[in-house]
Amino acid sequence: MAFDAQAERKFKVVGTRVARPDGIDKVTGKAAYGADISAPGMLHGRILRSPHAHARISSIDVSAAEQLAGVKAVVTGADLAQPEDDFFADVAINCLARDKVLYDGHAVAAVAATSKAIAKQAIRLIKVDYEILPHVTDVDAAMKPDAPVIQEGRALETVPAGMSQNVTTHCQFGHGDIEAGFAKADKIIERSFKTAATHQGYIEPQACMASLGSDGRGEVWCCTQGQYMVRANCAAVLGVEESQLRITASEIGGGFGGKTSTFIEPVALALSRKSGKPVKIVMTRDEVLKATGPTISTSMDIKIGMTKDGRITAARGELRYSGGAYPNETVDMGAQAAFAAYDLEAVETVGWNAMTNRPKEIPYRAPGAPTAIYAVESVVDELSQELGLDPLDVRLMNAARKGTLSSYGPTFNEIGLVATLEAAKAHPHYVAPLGPNQGRGLSCGFWFNFGGNTCVSLNINDDGTVGVVEGNPDIGGSRASISMMAAEELGVPYDKVRTVIADTSSLGFNDITDGSRVTFAVGLATIEAARAAIKEMCRRVAKIWDIDEEAVLWEDGYAKPAGPNAGEHPPMSLAEIAAIAGNTGGPIAGHHEVNADGAGVSFGVHLCDTEVDPETGATKILRYTVFQDAGKAVHPDYVEGQMQGGAVQGIGWALNEEYIYGEDGRLQNAGFLDYRVPVASDLPDIETVILEIPNPGHPYGVRGVGETPIVPPLAAIANAVSRAAGVRMTELPMSPPRLLKAMTG
Amino acid sequence: MVRVKLWGSLRALADGEEWVEVEASNFKELLDQLAIKHPRLEPQIKRGVSLALDGVIYRDAWFTKIGPENEIILMPYMVGG
Amino acid sequence: MKTIPVETTINGDSTEFLCHADESLLDVLRDRLGMTGAKEGCGTGDCGACSVMLNGRLVCSCLVLGVETQGAEVETIEGMAKGEELHPLQRVFLEEAALQCGVCTPGILVAAKALLEKNPDPTDTEVRYWLAGNLCRCTGYDKIIKAVQIAAAEMRSA
Repeated sequence: MAFDAQAERKFKVVGTRVARPDGIDKVTGKAAYGADISAPGMLHGRILRSPHAHARISSIDVSAAEQLAGVKAVVTGADLAQPEDDFFADVAINCLARDKVLYDGHAVAAVAATSKAIAKQAIRLIKVDYEILPHVTDVDAAMKPDAPVIQEGRALETVPAGMSQNVTTHCQFGHGDIEAGFAKADKIIERSFKTAATHQGYIEPQACMASLGSDGRGEVWCCTQGQYMVRANCAAVLGVEESQLRITASEIGGGFGGKTSTFIEPVALALSRKSGKPVKIVMTRDEVLKATGPTISTSMDIKIGMTKDGRITAARGELRYSGGAYPNETVDMGAQAAFAAYDLEAVETVGWNAMTNRPKEIPYRAPGAPTAIYAVESVVDELSQELGLDPLDVRLMNAARKGTLSSYGPTFNEIGLVATLEAAKAHPHYVAPLGPNQGRGLSCGFWFNFGGNTCVSLNINDDGTVGVVEGNPDIGGSRASISMMAAEELGVPYDKVRTVIADTSSLGFNDITDGSRVTFAVGLATIEAARAAIKEMCRRVAKIWDIDEEAVLWEDGYAKPAGPNAGEHPPMSLAEIAAIAGNTGGPIAGHHEVNADGAGVSFGVHLCDTEVDPETGATKILRYTVFQDAGKAVHPDYVEGQMQGGAVQGIGWALNEEYIYGEDGRLQNAGFLDYRVPVASDLPDIETVILEIPNPGHPYGVRGVGETPIVPPLAAIANAVSRAAGVRMTELPMSPPRLLKAMTG
Repeated sequence: MVRVKLWGSLRALADGEEWVEVEASNFKELLDQLAIKHPRLEPQIKRGVSLALDGVIYRDAWFTKIGPENEIILMPYMVGG
Repeated sequence: MKTIPVETTINGDSTEFLCHADESLLDVLRDRLGMTGAKEGCGTGDCGACSVMLNGRLVCSCLVLGVETQGAEVETIEGMAKGEELHPLQRVFLEEAALQCGVCTPGILVAAKALLEKNPDPTDTEVRYWLAGNLCRCTGYDKIIKAVQIAAAEMRSA
């Protein structure tokens, strides 16, 4: 659906800062999140997890647990179906292991009991006989021919013969003559980088309440980014029909991609089926870190050649990612995003994924891109430094723009990179003076953004208010933005519109809330649904006025005659039309179902000033500015919120957050004390500059904004820290011990 | 006839060709013809591919019209977070 | 294990409950009293999502035993608004978009209220250090700090 290039459309609602519909509930503690509801007769579920990084399960004896008073059901992998499809088979095994455990924390069995205390006691009574196997947690080690094999026969056809069975995918992108390009360079820098796995760090642990009868009919309440995804996974893993499961999404306490899969819902359903009662499972924080879905861990080599005036002549990257103990294709996206910001004659990116004994990777905001771009932007910065060039000018000289052949294949349309770079260059932050031990860094960032399957139903209520029913959990304020777009299109005040999120039985299929897709795709579907309702209202009015449908137009919330030939008719408001809907044909509604495409890519630039303490290696962030192209900022507060939140997650990733594995292959820091996310005192204000270069694929020009902001911070901070510390950092996170070691040599 | 560009690692499965010509007027026909012309591409096509048509990405839309004047690039099927 | 009867005051209301000796105040609030405003983000006192006031002191309710509230005064997020009237902090948080998913918001509001009762005119740095025990993953804290300052200014002039 194309951009309404009506010259200078004056938005009345879109672009303003309205109140959110869930606001009062959230500031008073009334809002119901995943763990906040209970049901009569409810049992408490608890999961037993492997203490070993890699082991064969010889036997599981649940008899003692079953006999404990208060225990009503015990399940193991054998209680789940074995789906044919690889994707669902992996989901099933990850929910409850079968023959092998693949990582520290892998679920092995579960109990449902009448109290939390009894459930906790019961899992300790389950006897599991493990045959411990050698393990590997490092991606490079996992690729060696003699590495312990995590799973056999999982390699795709793109992997060359003779490699370790842990290598599951190989990809390659790019164009041009690389060697010729390097030959033209005045300076070439080649660097290797390593990044640790991180976690989305949502404050709300996964939680659900599930009920499944022996007739295969079930209900689930859970915090999720996609109730339809939960339905599909649960149906496959339990061997029931999707239509028999009704999944309701609770309010969600953060997701960022980490709640786009299922870990506990199928287990809760299995326990409920066996016990005949509803079962509630809430993950503890250490379970969340050990057994949900962190990011990939990486090892990367980047080689870039540049002329002495700053033109990149060739660029090559090799990315080795590990998505945990299962096959994973996140490296495809990393490899495509790596050089996306640049206009290059010769570019090549090669990607590999290798399995390791770590939990299954699940997306985290722009999956694959932050680490790849961190490596590329670090080398571009180092080249700028070595050649004595202004790093922003170097980006501008090489920036992708309309007509650039991208490094991942297509030619770019209208994109906002140059505008964001110029905004950064013109900003006072860029020229603010720096003191001793201080450094400034910048980075470009990029994300694809997606559309996807979307259904919206829009109902004109008999009192002239409007109800919008959509199917995407609200993780960033989307209900308000959706209501705003409906209000804008219908020409009614914002507070006349209420948007709710449907359960899976109440609306057609919707893809998960991911890919920065909701404001774009659900917005687009809402606009179409509103237009359909408008068409119907005009049709009714045409009948009342006894004129042709084409002679009625809609403006500012009223049906009006289209011109003098249509006759003299006083305009009819939406409320007036709604009040007599029963007389004119029945209730009035519009709906729209679409697989939306045309989401625009979005670019961002971050500027960061840091100060490094030479005695402790600690980094202080002095100043941080985020520049991003939003296409059209429907609700500017929420766009700013995404920019600030994503930037701070990136700051954590760059400076402190990491999964630390011991020699025994076990996660050493499975809690918020030692998995150190940014706190308020770590940070300055995060300044934001929103640019609006409309996306031609959306009627209001909207681009997705949620993911791009996590991409630039890793390199922006690495570049700032490297300059402040006087040494190029090539490993993340740049925690104080690492920085100190690098500085003191 | 339309020309579609394959990404680097797919070319080995298509006799090393970067650009493949097939007879197709929409995305589905394109995928069907590619699989016939180069059967080793079939596993990837089955797993999922996206289409970039003049710079706009389409993830599933079979009936997206394509013609000789379009830039048609095959991309892996992508997910977000 | 037998349950222990406890008499306490929560948000000004006298309240009685039974709990096991090893149950946290957070468990009691959420599971026994149906007060789910305080959240469990970590269970180890690291995230602050369970923040409540105990005898005028800001605490993590996951680190307080239910039985410790015998004869004490507990204040939770549920007591912050007075009927329909929101506390200025609650209202300003909404006006300034100082929440996204909202799960950390009850803890942050309780903590911010405690700060302003102690220090009605804090610097940004003082606000940031006071709130360092409350993790937020969505906002990056920027709008939260600004909202606290705006509410503080309003409360000073009231």
